[in-house]
Amino acid sequence: MGASDLNSIGQSVRRKEDYRFLTGSGQYTDDINPQHHTHAYFLRSPHAHARIRSIDTAKAKTGPGVIAVCTGDDLTGVNGLPCGWLITGTDGQPMKEPPHPILAQGKVRYVGDGVALIVAETPDQAKDAAELISVDYEVLPAVVNPAEALKKGAPAIHDGAPGNKCYTWALGDKAAADAAFAAAAHVTRLDIVNNRLIPNAIEPRAAVASYSRADDSYTLYVTSQNPHVERLLMTAFVLGLPETKVRVIAPDVGGGFGSKIYLYPEETALVWASKRVNRPIKWTAERSESFLSDAHGRDHVTHAELALDKDGKFLGMRVQTTAAMGAYLSTFASCIPTILYATLLAGQYATPAIWCEVTAVFTNTAPVDAYRGAGRPEATYVVERLVHAAAAEMGIAQDEIRRRNFIHKFPYQTPVALLYDVGDYDACLDEAMKMADTRGFAARKAEAAKRGKLRGLGYASYIEACGLAPSNIAGALGARAGLFEAGQVRVNPTGGVTVFTGSHSHGQGHETTFSQIVASRLGIPIESVEIVHGDTGRVPFGMGTYGSRSLAVGGTAIVKALDKVIAKGRKIAAHLLEAAEADVEFGDGKFTVAGTDRSKTFGEVALTAYVPHNYPLDKLEPGLDETAFYDPTNFTFPAGTHICEVEVDPETGVVQVVNFSACDDFGNIINPMIVEGQVHGGLAQGIGQALLEQCVYDKDSGQLLTGSYMDYAMPRADDLPSFKVATKVTPCTHNPLGAKGCGEAGAIGSPAALMNAVHDALSAAGVTYIDMPATPHRVWSALQSART
Amino acid sequence: MYAIEYQRAKSIAEAAAALARTGGKALAGGQSLVGAMKLRLANPGTVVDLSGLAELKGIKKEGDALTIGALTTHAEVAASAVVRQAIPALAALAEGIGDRQVRNRGTIGGSLANNDPAADYPAAVLALNATVLTNKRKIAADDFFKGMYETALAADEIITAVTFPVPKKAAYVKFPNPASRFALVGVFVAQTGAGVRVAVTGAAPHVHRSSAIEAALAKSFTADAAKAVKIPPDSLNTDLHGSAEYRAHLVSVLAARAVTAAG
Repeated sequence: MGASDLNSIGQSVRRKEDYRFLTGSGQYTDDINPQHHTHAYFLRSPHAHARIRSIDTAKAKTGPGVIAVCTGDDLTGVNGLPCGWLITGTDGQPMKEPPHPILAQGKVRYVGDGVALIVAETPDQAKDAAELISVDYEVLPAVVNPAEALKKGAPAIHDGAPGNKCYTWALGDKAAADAAFAAAAHVTRLDIVNNRLIPNAIEPRAAVASYSRADDSYTLYVTSQNPHVERLLMTAFVLGLPETKVRVIAPDVGGGFGSKIYLYPEETALVWASKRVNRPIKWTAERSESFLSDAHGRDHVTHAELALDKDGKFLGMRVQTTAAMGAYLSTFASCIPTILYATLLAGQYATPAIWCEVTAVFTNTAPVDAYRGAGRPEATYVVERLVHAAAAEMGIAQDEIRRRNFIHKFPYQTPVALLYDVGDYDACLDEAMKMADTRGFAARKAEAAKRGKLRGLGYASYIEACGLAPSNIAGALGARAGLFEAGQVRVNPTGGVTVFTGSHSHGQGHETTFSQIVASRLGIPIESVEIVHGDTGRVPFGMGTYGSRSLAVGGTAIVKALDKVIAKGRKIAAHLLEAAEADVEFGDGKFTVAGTDRSKTFGEVALTAYVPHNYPLDKLEPGLDETAFYDPTNFTFPAGTHICEVEVDPETGVVQVVNFSACDDFGNIINPMIVEGQVHGGLAQGIGQALLEQCVYDKDSGQLLTGSYMDYAMPRADDLPSFKVATKVTPCTHNPLGAKGCGEAGAIGSPAALMNAVHDALSAAGVTYIDMPATPHRVWSALQSART
Repeated sequence: MYAIEYQRAKSIAEAAAALARTGGKALAGGQSLVGAMKLRLANPGTVVDLSGLAELKGIKKEGDALTIGALTTHAEVAASAVVRQAIPALAALAEGIGDRQVRNRGTIGGSLANNDPAADYPAAVLALNATVLTNKRKIAADDFFKGMYETALAADEIITAVTFPVPKKAAYVKFPNPASRFALVGVFVAQTGAGVRVAVTGAAPHVHRSSAIEAALAKSFTADAAKAVKIPPDSLNTDLHGSAEYRAHLVSVLAARAVTAAG
């Protein structure tokens, strides 16, 4: 194989990690079994809202095998969990940040709120002991719906948050938007519920915490998407420990979708308790606990309006959203319905005036935070439902109204803070329409009608802001952390390369994609590259993986480190070749003196760096090991068009997705197979939201009614059609890979596409509005109401 | 799971005696019981495992009667050439229960003894006018299902087999709950020697016959006749996945589809 064959960029290289996953030899947190480890169980609140009068743990402490029982009263010197993003309200005041203790103190605020930690020799002994704890609760009225929580007289969840309000925040120019509406020929108005979702990663959350008396240090294995952030928040804000004394390892992690970004009470309590019991403690959530205690997603109630001129040109948009935070502020909860939502309301359109106001409220439910797409699916849903409805109301074709309003000139400054660098929205729309055979739709609809079925076609042209994030912009918007990424490239003496990345793979295939980048740049085989991630003891630093940022930010940090490696290699090669550094070129794995055939291979240079017998020691340090931190200069803007075709059985209300076409622009692509896999997974999740998934709390008792797979409907293979996917490429202009990110797009575009198709299908039967999920019962009921 | 006493029965008599003595639960395929035990929703104290009892297994056809041993798995019923030939609707029903894992462990006897309000087999037993055989007696289908998770079985009574008279034609149509895929409503329609019988599962607190649809189909065994029947929603279930009105509507729709499927 020639060196140029080693360039695998753009090739569907098989995933390096799959051998261990497919043969069951992955190492997940629950596979970690330190000697003499104990087991934790969390007693959780059965009430949505209650005052704790007293907790009697005496009996539990004497239970067989019980080592320790701790409650909120034991947490002296332990702070609550912090929120990583400060939102400043329209009143100029900071958001309300009520305490979020790691075990309830005085009050429980949702079903599943942690009340006591039991440490025992076996999981069953810990559970048995939990049944011996008697908690005297004074049950209080609860409120679970965000709109209800704002009403006068609603139960007060936190003393420090009057009216259950966390903040009211706004973005955009209200006066300009109002003026646009005053001049409008047509106004489309919608009241939209974005349904609350439960994440359901295949691996439940888990943690194993150990304390070492030898050096007063802790080791935490945890299901995390960002172990460095976890360590930073836990040590600096909650436990008051030096970072140097805590090593956090996120080994193989079975899916996150956002739910494993956050610092949770459980692992924090485990670290704290591991010193007290002086033995390792393990906790693995049962699925029922995951339903109750993982941070949920979405849960918006929105009123949205679009003003158009007589030709269907968008003049202005006004959006008012009430967003649930749940009972406590999770790590990034506050920025999801604001910074990652309102900023996306321009969509792909040159709408000149946009105004959005968001009120975040506390409810007696599990906390709400980022879930695949995080704010952007909600924004896309608002924009694309409005566009669909406006086109239908004005009698303009769905593709035509989009084309008339697409942004065509880049860079484009939106009225909601973002600067789009590049895109070609028509290209994706054209390709999606081709794949969806929109021309043949009328015939298919007529054929379906003969069978008594209703067919509908729905479009969604979405945009997202990924590559989080330019730290200066994020900081100005309230982020309490930087959002760069770190990468270290260690060339070993014999030429193999170990890469330490701050990104974390929990299904994304980084070990393959990042290896492709390194192998291609250095001209070495992929097998010679090892990717290390998820360990604060080995990786220099990291901000982790979320928001489709890993390739654009983490990948770029690796590229920057590779540049440093190559630059140093050129110096070493120049010495070996007795040439001027400026004359040494690097390509195809060789350092060559320009215009000659004199060269040194990358391996020879690497060996020389570590065996510096013939080496410019007076000018250069030995070794070949470089680290780079990369902070992006802008967000990246993946965009595309999804087209969904559904067939509705009016007799039963069943919606069948018969065709789904997605054309996305993710910028340059390293591994098309992995990208396609990400799109498929995202589409399944988005279709799940639109068709099946719905977290329901009882409005009076606050009990979680969808607390298991008996009632929470996840998408299955037979709910989904065979997807048609394609990509168009406009490379990102501000990172060297030209990459934008692909992890969330599927979940962002698909709910709106599907629901637009459902509305299209049902419009013939007189149904004007239906919320997600479009369950059979809901569709049938809407059809019944339309008939009467 | 709470700690339990586990006993593996060597004979039906021994199993019955153990159940009588301990007040425990019989374990067949464990697809409902073990799940409930893991969630600490069931604490049977003693579990008497029937799985070693060969006399409870097997499928045979004698004359116009198909007999299926209580420990026969759903997968075995689904794959049985005898069942497929004699009562294809029953094989198809078995093939639609749960998932592959459930079908390979779950048994017909276990399903009937549990009498889950959304289980499939009770609809077949009731519509096909089957007879439930136990270690003590024979129980007609109409006398077997008593209420939600309630049957005519005594605490120490063990189902040994079920005998199905071969119908003239039959079909089962299930409308799955989108989450659990249990029957939100399932309707089994059969033309039997005892006339048309229609059993409904999932819609109400327990499986029941729909006399209104039976009467309509007795007059005219057509899809239109079934669909024209308006089922009153009064005694039907309402939950997250469907109102009583929706379920009532589905009963007629599914009965009509079952008539069409029955051919």
